[in-house]
Amino acid sequence: MAISGLEIYKLLPQTNCKDCGYPTCLAFAMKLAAKQAALKDCPHISEEAAEKLASASEPPIRLIELHGEDGKVEIGNETVMYRHEKTFYHKPGIFLRVRDDEDIDAVKANVAEADAWSVDYVGIDLYLDGFAVEAASGNAESFKKTVAAVMDSSKKPLILLAPNPDLSKAGLEATEGSQPLLYAANADNWEAMAEIAKNADVPLVVHAENLDDLADLTKKLQDKGLEDLVLDPASGGYRESLHTFTTLRRLAVKSNFRPLGFPIISFPGAQDGVDESLLAAQHIAKYGGFIVIEKFNPSSLYPLLVLRQNIYTDPQKPIQVKPGIYEINNPTEDSPLMVTTNFSITYFAIANEIEGAGWPGWLLVTDAEGMSVLTAWAAGKFDAERIAKDAKAFGAEDKVKHKKIILPGHVSVLSGELEEELPGWEVMVGPREAMDIGSYLKAMWKE
Amino acid sequence: MTVEIPKEKWTGQVREVTIGATAEDGGTRTHTLTIGGESTLPFLNFEGNIPHRPALAIEIRDRKPDDWSPLLMETWGEAMESPAAWAKAAEEAGADMIYLVLSIKNADGEENTPENARRVVREVLDATGLPLAVAGPGQADVDNELLVPVAEEAQGERILLGICEEGNYRTIVATAMANNHLVQSKTPMDVNLSKQLVILISDMGMPLERIVMDPTTGALGYGMEYGYSVMERLRLAALQGDSMTQQPMLVNPGWEAWKVKESKVGEGVPESWGEWQNRALEWEALTAATLVQSGADMLILRHPETLKRVKSMIDALLASAA
Repeated sequence: MAISGLEIYKLLPQTNCKDCGYPTCLAFAMKLAAKQAALKDCPHISEEAAEKLASASEPPIRLIELHGEDGKVEIGNETVMYRHEKTFYHKPGIFLRVRDDEDIDAVKANVAEADAWSVDYVGIDLYLDGFAVEAASGNAESFKKTVAAVMDSSKKPLILLAPNPDLSKAGLEATEGSQPLLYAANADNWEAMAEIAKNADVPLVVHAENLDDLADLTKKLQDKGLEDLVLDPASGGYRESLHTFTTLRRLAVKSNFRPLGFPIISFPGAQDGVDESLLAAQHIAKYGGFIVIEKFNPSSLYPLLVLRQNIYTDPQKPIQVKPGIYEINNPTEDSPLMVTTNFSITYFAIANEIEGAGWPGWLLVTDAEGMSVLTAWAAGKFDAERIAKDAKAFGAEDKVKHKKIILPGHVSVLSGELEEELPGWEVMVGPREAMDIGSYLKAMWKE
Repeated sequence: MTVEIPKEKWTGQVREVTIGATAEDGGTRTHTLTIGGESTLPFLNFEGNIPHRPALAIEIRDRKPDDWSPLLMETWGEAMESPAAWAKAAEEAGADMIYLVLSIKNADGEENTPENARRVVREVLDATGLPLAVAGPGQADVDNELLVPVAEEAQGERILLGICEEGNYRTIVATAMANNHLVQSKTPMDVNLSKQLVILISDMGMPLERIVMDPTTGALGYGMEYGYSVMERLRLAALQGDSMTQQPMLVNPGWEAWKVKESKVGEGVPESWGEWQNRALEWEALTAATLVQSGADMLILRHPETLKRVKSMIDALLASAA
């Protein structure tokens, strides 16, 4: 939780000795609050005050990192309840469960297929974050073998679902060189699990049936020196997990309650009578951290990853589409060429309209820093010079032979200038609104 | 250790709005539908009251649509040939309300007429006892021409009339007031615009208990996060006591999700998108399921399977603790 300059000031010596380089303790406190100075610059601070300040400046939800041989996942460090208050920072990790009691070649094939899968969404690569390998057989050798097989087929980070210390050890022997998440410590095995997690230097999930017991356990584990913890509050279905996850987020960011300031792991597909996609969607929107899914199904995973991308978009920085010339409905050199900005919503509105109207077309998306047409024009990010530059850079000349370019109706004022910037081209003024594109093309475009 | 569960104390609550009228109140509906009334955030009933569950409406048309996804055509089949049959099928599928949208042209490409609109509304009212909403095709002059006779035809039924937008709301509000109906107030993803249109409509004399607010949402992947956050902000404002944001919220995941490529098209898309039918259904269901979390009080859907899935999610979210 953020601590104010005045609160920091109360903990400083208040001698205005200037040894820190600032004229007064208050000035130094303000710099500390703004994270522009470091506490160690004050040589006179008491140990007690230093401890208090250090803990106050820690993030309310600890950042947990997993590493595969290649690629990592970071979860936590969230600071708000609602994305509009600032943003949600670290997208929940989505992991696919595989079990060691299945045929090992089938596991390998399944992992390889899921590992290779990715989808391009507005220029962003969406993919699965990793695998959760479950020691379902209860046999250490078999678990170790399966973990090794998964690591052969994928370099993504892993979660080891190993219900007891022996299985955990076996799994960890196979993951050397990476940093998996170990699942899980509970009231019965926590001491042994703590030892194992500490020796292997891996984050550890803590499982308990209620928040009181969960907080007791994290406290004990912290006393053993474990800092990197993940919570499994045995979350259940829609209702219970919404209430529990909301409570956990509030305790962390509003109450600064340290014992439960960790990311959450959930298993939406393992609940009875629950629709995995819808519960996973809820966990993405409402405070999930590590989400383990049961089946690899691209037609469900794609929408879930898009949802995650949407919810974790910084509201201050809208998603941008990569600038370029986009093809819609397999255009030819006779198809119309239209221009717009790279604000994703603008792009989608227009692309959808052209597509829906059944027109093959080219859409030149210029780099307008993610602003909509009118905003970008007003800010000087969408002018004739920029459009001409991008038209040339992305090879408009090679795509169409008619040398006509259609401007958004809202910026018809640019047409004269654009004709100067693009000699030999005819500039047409299109409709103001995307929804009129179909009728505009019908009336104005002759192939 | 005993962990103290933090609870929010809100001062405001969402208004209750009732759609439909039974014989007792001068209508012919078999039951009415009340939405709103929450005094807490979505489903957090451990710290506030949620008297009504989010309602699920099915969108039907006054005639078989030309441009709907084949997946929808397949699932409704024959029923789409007649609005009355379609409405009945929607009721059987478990809809809480029928959301009837009038087309701009008839199947032969001629302008829709007030007579036709009246006839269809009468047929639908006769075919089902569910509360009804009727929206125009979305072109101001045509909307007004069709919705005034519709409002008269349905007098006393307390239907929800739409769609009021900033550029065209006066005629719709006036006819809704004259015939004792409600209105849908739609604005493009902006907290202040939402408030402003509610104010304009209530300034005409429409009681706030008869306005449903449609903040517009976008589909999953197509700007939904804007709508989602606008809804969260509107709901927080409502709970903090800002009166003009306290209308129940209506969203339209059916319309949003079924126009995007991911659900509309089965061919010529990347293989990595996966199997078409499941993807399309997921698109509508995830759009709906997410908007339920940001405060939707009424959702308009197109596929009966989505209705089933979202309904069971909502039931579980509001089930009493085991």
